[in-house]
Amino acid sequence: MSSIWHQLEPLLAKVQKPARYIGLEDGAQTPDHDPRSVAWLLLYPDTYEIGLPNQGLQILYEILNERPDAVAERSYAPWTDLAALLRQRGLPLFSVDTHRPAGEFDLLAFNLSAELVYTNVLDCIDLAGVPVRAADRGPEHPLVVAGGHCTYNPEPLADFLDLVVLGDGEEVVADITEVVRDWKASGRTSGSRLGVLRELAKVPGVYVPSLYEATYEGEHLVAVTPRHPDVPDIVEKRTVADLADWPYPKRQLVPLTEVVHDRLNVEVFRGCTRGCRFCQAGMITRPVRERPAAQVRRMVADGLRRTGYDEVALTSLSTADFSGIEQVVAETIADAPDGNQVTVSLPSLRVDAFTVGIAAEIQKARRTGLTFAPEAGTWRMRQVINKLIREEDLYAAVDAAYSQGWRRMKLYFLTGLPTETDVDTLGIAELGRRCVEIGKKHHRSASVTLSVGGFVPKPFTPFQWFGQNTVPELRRKIGLLRDDLRRHKAVQLKWHDPKASLVEGIMSRGDRRLGPGIEDVWRRGGTFQEWSEHFDHDLWIDTMAAHGLSPDWYAHRHRTEDEVLPWDHLSAGLHKDFLWQDWRDALDEVGLEDCRWTPCYDCGACTGYGVEHIVASAVPPAGGSQGTGQDLRTGGAVPVTLLPSKPERVGAP
Amino acid sequence: MTAPANRRVRFRFTKVGKVRFTSHRDVARLWERALRRAQLPVARTEGFNPRPKVHFGLALPTGYESAGEYLDVDLRLPEAADVDLAVLPATLTPLLPPGLDVTAAASVAAGTSSLQQAVTSCSWRIEALGPTPAEATAEVERLLSAASLPVTRQRKGEERTDDIRPEICSLAVTGPVLDGDDVTGTVLDAELATQPRGLRPSELLSAFSPRPEEVRPPDAPVDDARRRAARATRDRRDVGTARGGACVMRAPAGRPAPKDRRRGGRPAAPAPRKERHERTGGGFTHHPDRRRPGAGLGW
Repeated sequence: MSSIWHQLEPLLAKVQKPARYIGLEDGAQTPDHDPRSVAWLLLYPDTYEIGLPNQGLQILYEILNERPDAVAERSYAPWTDLAALLRQRGLPLFSVDTHRPAGEFDLLAFNLSAELVYTNVLDCIDLAGVPVRAADRGPEHPLVVAGGHCTYNPEPLADFLDLVVLGDGEEVVADITEVVRDWKASGRTSGSRLGVLRELAKVPGVYVPSLYEATYEGEHLVAVTPRHPDVPDIVEKRTVADLADWPYPKRQLVPLTEVVHDRLNVEVFRGCTRGCRFCQAGMITRPVRERPAAQVRRMVADGLRRTGYDEVALTSLSTADFSGIEQVVAETIADAPDGNQVTVSLPSLRVDAFTVGIAAEIQKARRTGLTFAPEAGTWRMRQVINKLIREEDLYAAVDAAYSQGWRRMKLYFLTGLPTETDVDTLGIAELGRRCVEIGKKHHRSASVTLSVGGFVPKPFTPFQWFGQNTVPELRRKIGLLRDDLRRHKAVQLKWHDPKASLVEGIMSRGDRRLGPGIEDVWRRGGTFQEWSEHFDHDLWIDTMAAHGLSPDWYAHRHRTEDEVLPWDHLSAGLHKDFLWQDWRDALDEVGLEDCRWTPCYDCGACTGYGVEHIVASAVPPAGGSQGTGQDLRTGGAVPVTLLPSKPERVGAP
Repeated sequence: MTAPANRRVRFRFTKVGKVRFTSHRDVARLWERALRRAQLPVARTEGFNPRPKVHFGLALPTGYESAGEYLDVDLRLPEAADVDLAVLPATLTPLLPPGLDVTAAASVAAGTSSLQQAVTSCSWRIEALGPTPAEATAEVERLLSAASLPVTRQRKGEERTDDIRPEICSLAVTGPVLDGDDVTGTVLDAELATQPRGLRPSELLSAFSPRPEEVRPPDAPVDDARRRAARATRDRRDVGTARGGACVMRAPAGRPAPKDRRRGGRPAAPAPRKERHERTGGGFTHHPDRRRPGAGLGW
């Protein structure tokens, strides 16, 4: 059986959005499966609309299909209606490219970008006809792999994953392909599964959970140690040294149906040196590696021509920090095919980097939504989290935007941050009101949306030791904001469900003992948990209780310096003592400047891998001073003094 | 209204195969991107958020196939004066997904009626599973002789009961649906009005008693020979034949479940006379070289 299309086709008439399952995107590949080549099924464990634009998956899809010894196809989590029909008819999960059953692939490779998709991973494995527990799989079953940001603490999924990949995937997929190719050539004999896993564990960046033993003393984890001498004590992440070597995706997939981020996406750099302490992405993707500006320009021009999109996003963790961003934006707009207007969107725009120049450039074509992320309402709080944006910078950016014609903008905030007081929380509302005041000077209808999320501490950040706020506490803070903004119609408040933040928090820093609980939630129908209509808080809490697991212990407890963390045997390159020092600095409200322009703080990300920050040009980032008064024009190290914080520090962590 | 500074071009295209599971909105977006990729001088709306000026006829329900969908595109003058319509189908087809094949392009004179107005009915081929041809023939006779046929259907999210009899222009049994040697249903050819309110094949079937199944039970074996036969039917009625303008639509579920055929874009031209229901098509007569100036829609 190589395609289940004929059996699937009648079911598609009965499900919502059947275009999710047909493939046919421009850029899609329908590779020929050779028994000697290694077949990867790249799976995004969420809906097609969310998963299709994922750049990581698309990059690996192309790289693997370029190899003579590998083929790659894609799959996405089928929505509950199709999943139920597949089970009812005894049909398996399938690839969207050739509708090949998932169980016929050699590897099921999941992209893990959020904790709440974990039950979907189990659902996909099960729909593929593969035992959900790694220990129950035989040589006939595919290897179940996971990559992506959540794999920096894969322990909650340790029972279900055969291997986990840390860091950039571009190179490691080649190494894995070679090991699996040899395993296939050897006939995948009975008992050979352990052998191939032992071989894979030798590949740098590959972690095989079943080859490690977790030891507990009482309720505490005391060690995660290799079971065999040839298995590394610590698994280091993989880092691609130069993005210029990887101009992927070369043929970005153009979907037939509507998806999120439905536009051309060009990654302009990876990594971030701003050092925001809540931000896991910024910590684990260091160092900064910029794509050469000329390559960006070429990828944008080729991509727009090929895809027919009229919008391009220059993606990164903080795009305005790209060296010479204003020029790149101007060139992109100038390069637009005759008669067509191109919209440039800059996701993750720092307010201090949003100049009138950028505002004028990006609004030349269609104006899209404008989103800034000050993250915290007071300067003190922003020093704690090291998002050193001064109020003046924010208001200047907001003024620039309104003056250039925007009437609405969205501001992202976190609440439940370490040392947060009600003054800090209410500062969010105050900031929103001030922005509206500025906007009213330009337009009578100016408005602001404040989007507030509950902070969830993540592994490999300075806040990994912090006990997350409880649900009632987060609710109380949201209530404060709601009351405070009740009379201000122009300030809209939106918030993330604190109950969902709790479950995220449990997974984020959980250990292997969570496995049976996750499996049980899945068995009781708890899939698509990141969708508010499916999220079932009580199911999680009841199931956790049934397995003797305490949400409080996992999410709300402050960790101590000497505590063994479930991810201590993994490494994102960051020294643990650097993170601890940064945590102490946070509590002391000491900010840390962008290390690209200061002496090295020895976080470990560069030195450990023999790589350095790579910048595209000598032009300093538009995102200037970071509130520190650093003079970036010289591009060198400048002794700086942090601006004084507001004096209203109240309370302690 | 066609702005005088624009040149309106009417396209005919198919929607067959896997791509039939895309929605009407999806198809609109796919066209927008294809037109941009072809670098055609598409006119754009004025204002804050300029959109390309493209105009669709009736929406084809998701899951149905068609051999004759229509689209009007306004091209900017003077740039558009040089656009060679003869090559456009071959240019655009590779820029659209497989199954959306552009089969014709022709100029539309200013002032001709819009697609919404020009199309008054569609021909459908429906494979209704359940009734034998004899049973279906009796039902067809009953329906056609009925004075009124109240059917409850969804319109704009509301349930309402309408008399669908005036919307059935013609309905006939064409033959059996075969699964191997077994008769599993009946092939119906229907001409269903699109104005003032469109009648969908599924709504027509709900007037049958008992209501035929629209979707073949998925566990039923798929018969490749029949699949090929179904495809041949569609091809025979494809553009360029005497039945041009006719098209085959397949209802949800790829196996020839309700298998429908629809005629769209019946020209009002050259005679401006508007028929409530047009039964016989003039076929596709678009020959750019021979087209008389001002001949109207071109087919």
